[in-house]
Amino acid sequence: MSNGLFTKAAIGVTVGSLNGLFGAGGGTVLVPALEKLVHMEVHKAHATAIAVILPLSLISVFIYANADTPWSTIFWVSSGGVLGGVIGARALNKIKTRMLYKIFGLCMIVAAIRMILG
Amino acid sequence: MSVGIGEISLYVLIGLASGIISGMGIGGGSILIPALCVFFSMDQHLAQNINLLYFLPTAAIALITHAKQGNIEKKPLMPIILFGFLGAVAGSIVAVKMDSSLLRRCFGFFLLAMGIYELFRKPIERGKVHDAVR
Repeated sequence: MSNGLFTKAAIGVTVGSLNGLFGAGGGTVLVPALEKLVHMEVHKAHATAIAVILPLSLISVFIYANADTPWSTIFWVSSGGVLGGVIGARALNKIKTRMLYKIFGLCMIVAAIRMILG
Repeated sequence: MSVGIGEISLYVLIGLASGIISGMGIGGGSILIPALCVFFSMDQHLAQNINLLYFLPTAAIALITHAKQGNIEKKPLMPIILFGFLGAVAGSIVAVKMDSSLLRRCFGFFLLAMGIYELFRKPIERGKVHDAVR
């Protein structure tokens, strides 16, 4: 059991650091870690990852906080986000994840190249 | 900064697309942050800050849905979150102090690595049939 605790501690520190550094992406690392290292089922890993990343993001919010936070932008982005969040959560149990990974992976690579080239 | 209806629609649309991905637990931020940077030429720190704040209500709503569906495993949560706090504090402090264009490049390489991983990963089939039946 102590071995299991070490694994979870290592996962926590890694995922927390990445999510803090990039303000995102913790879940992208956490989902496969939960599947492969904690042996969680696919859908449970996705749902459980959100339960972990939410409090970690909350901590980061306080450290990132500054005077020029654009609240109106956040309001509009979040209102779309909340609606999408419900759709995504409901859809998760109904769709095949394999195709999703491929499409999503391609989008990420294209976005990444744009970010690197600036 | 005055915001027009076109801009507002684009914000809502980007939020919606990212929200769907966030709600599935596969990282909406990897859509939202590049979109904010590309469409609104936003500074990297600002985009990351917006993503963190957008994620709070989006994730909270998604979490309620997941909890109702019984998809959340509570047992491993505590140790991962507690040690996660340590990482989150360290990572955030480094991010705030880092130069914005360097941070953007680092984010880009991280995204590239994760994109390649997502493209080639094989989903674990075990448990899927069981979930699909419900």
